[in-house]
Amino acid sequence: MHTPTHSPAPMTRRQLLIRSATAAAIAVPGAGLLTACAGGTGTGSPSAQGTQTADNPFGVVASAPLDVYVFKGGLGEGFAKAFEDLYGQRFPGAKISHSSGTDVTGDLQPRFNAGSPPDFVFDDGDKKMKLDVLHANGQLANLDVLLDAPSLDDPSKKVRDVLVPGTVEAGQIGTSMFSLNYALTVYGIWYSKSLFAKKGWKVPKTWDEFTALCETIKAAGMSPWAHQGKYPFYMLVVLMDMIAKAGGEAVMKKIDNLQPGAWQEDAVLRSVERIHSLVAGGYTLAGTEGLTHTEAQTAWAQGKAAFIPCGSWLEQEMSGSIPADFDMAVMPVPHVPSDRMPATAVRAVAAEAFIVPTRAANQAGGLELLRIMCSKAGAAAFAKEAKSLPVVRGALTPEITAAMSPGTKSSSDLIAAAADDVITWKHPTWYSQLETDLETAMGELMGNRIGPAEFVKRAQSAADRTAATSSIQKYTRA
Amino acid sequence: MKLSKNTRKNLFVTACLTGPVGLYAVFVLWPYLETFGYSLTNWSGVAPPSRFVGLDNYTALFDDPVFRTALWHNLLLLILLPPATIVLALFLAFMLNVGGRGNTAGIRGVRGSAFYRIVFFVPQVLSVAILIVMFQATYRSDAAGLLNGIAIAVGITDPAHPLPWLASPDAVLWCIIAILIWQWVGFYMVLFSAAMQSIPKEIFEAALLDGAKRGQTFLRVTIPLLWGSVQTAWVYLSIAAMDGFALVASLTQGSSYGGGPDHHSEVLATYLMRNFLTFGKAGYACAMGVVIFAITLALATLMLRFTRRDNVEY
Repeated sequence: MHTPTHSPAPMTRRQLLIRSATAAAIAVPGAGLLTACAGGTGTGSPSAQGTQTADNPFGVVASAPLDVYVFKGGLGEGFAKAFEDLYGQRFPGAKISHSSGTDVTGDLQPRFNAGSPPDFVFDDGDKKMKLDVLHANGQLANLDVLLDAPSLDDPSKKVRDVLVPGTVEAGQIGTSMFSLNYALTVYGIWYSKSLFAKKGWKVPKTWDEFTALCETIKAAGMSPWAHQGKYPFYMLVVLMDMIAKAGGEAVMKKIDNLQPGAWQEDAVLRSVERIHSLVAGGYTLAGTEGLTHTEAQTAWAQGKAAFIPCGSWLEQEMSGSIPADFDMAVMPVPHVPSDRMPATAVRAVAAEAFIVPTRAANQAGGLELLRIMCSKAGAAAFAKEAKSLPVVRGALTPEITAAMSPGTKSSSDLIAAAADDVITWKHPTWYSQLETDLETAMGELMGNRIGPAEFVKRAQSAADRTAATSSIQKYTRA
Repeated sequence: MKLSKNTRKNLFVTACLTGPVGLYAVFVLWPYLETFGYSLTNWSGVAPPSRFVGLDNYTALFDDPVFRTALWHNLLLLILLPPATIVLALFLAFMLNVGGRGNTAGIRGVRGSAFYRIVFFVPQVLSVAILIVMFQATYRSDAAGLLNGIAIAVGITDPAHPLPWLASPDAVLWCIIAILIWQWVGFYMVLFSAAMQSIPKEIFEAALLDGAKRGQTFLRVTIPLLWGSVQTAWVYLSIAAMDGFALVASLTQGSSYGGGPDHHSEVLATYLMRNFLTFGKAGYACAMGVVIFAITLALATLMLRFTRRDNVEY
């Protein structure tokens, strides 16, 4: 998924599904073609390799030139120049060449074929090179060496220990990491801080506080809750995050692993009941069950509803219609006392792939640049230049966050508060038919046409169907 | 040596036909055949099919409740769309060409028919993308929607209870059918108008002299003389009724090709695309494609056979 700065992400999510699938469909003839090409006959010069030391774990040759290519999209390319400056400070003798473009495949495929790819690639956009295809042809350097290298700021820590949980998994193909997914998307419930201050409403932490506030909001003549009803995906995120918090790792595993009866867990039913009470209690904006994401989010920005669920792309997506003093902020899904995860737990997903080609002339340099990105200085540069959240823990100083836009700052605070308690779900990407069935059931629940018991029944039978279909490849969440 | 006249003629015809038939074979026939081949496999769409599964995909289709729902919706469209569109288009074309009775000096349309002609044809020149944006706003489910605005203004409902339109399982398919009719009526109105204008005025004048009223003229004179056009319209509209993809995929609920709420607007084309691209069940989707192809072909054949009549020469 793209980060907010690229383009409206909900659209992107859908586009992503469509595009990846389209690409997959074209990949049938394409894969053969690419296989033929990617093998190539290009031989490129042997990789510059120096002595590996504790301070220089990949053995960078200080004088070796570094060739950087970045996709030039919503994140800009200033962040990459900042990374290059940091590299230049470490290796003043290195000549760094920087190039960028929007058509990554068009720019780089010939270079991969010729065996002379760049040393460092930010691979993104509509025309990004498919990582699975590159990987299948042995073009991607295994980044596990990066994860096990000492971090720049504190050599006693490995790079993997300074990354936000879920980052490594997001970049893995099989059991090794081949891309560093560097930008974070945070999911939660959004509100206007200035509105809450004006009305004297306190941001609710628990479900009881939340429902009490909903009553107050309703009494004030406003709708408490809007949602993007045309795409039930948004409400499904809220539900799944409630389930994750209520049931913890045990229930997440059961659901992701399609275990029999997983959806009949108490944690699931209670969470569905809470979601359903938004409709049953009359807390939703009239007609919101049929609105598109932009329609619902605009209604929310206009003050017709107090809360809306979304990912952190929301601020960028709605930048044209958010009033100046709106001061948007995000909170986690409300907590209940019996929850297995703490109130601060949130869902965050790492995206935006940075790769190092295996045939890079200065592979050590490319890896070193990734290590620089995983330092506090690198992360700070990214936050400042790309206005997005990097996956590096504790990297954002108060000065940096103070300069952030309200929504990004709030997302950043949420991530910091969550620490290790990051919610991840696997089944939406593993089993798209199950995900679609769940979205359909969610549409019925939010349309108040089915109740919680029926939702659970439908979810369980959809999961059972997926489990019983031998043609669907199965994965296991460990 | 001199070739015989017949041989030369045959050579000429063959030379002229090779190109187009070749293109047709490569870009139409071969893909159809390939689709049929793939429908017998477990093709995922991302890697070459690994297994031949015989007719499994086809038997699975008819056990699939969503497929049956989609099929039923297409059949409903098939029953409703052609007659509704043709009747409306015929009525409009008649009114615009021979329906006027302002003065009896000649056969003419109602007053302002040139203007109406443009107005009714406009939907046909709008691209589907624009149409979708328009109807998104028309059917919008809160008080800001066009239809809801009207409903609230005339007191059918109030802002706290807007009508759901596309978000209602009972209404969604009708909303889509209404757009389809609105979209096609203009085109067939123009088609029928052109056909009507080629009918000699004397025939209408004779009918008038015999004292025929507008309704009688329409049923006894116009329709029989337009039969060929109506027949064509019926076949094309039936094919359109088997589709409906663009409107359903973009206007209705659901992240991958709409079809919601709860499959109440599902059509074969949206379910096919979802299986093909989202679920990675390309072989299954191909089987669906073959079924759609068979139905469309059968319909066109039946339609042309059963509506065959003697043409009136004039």
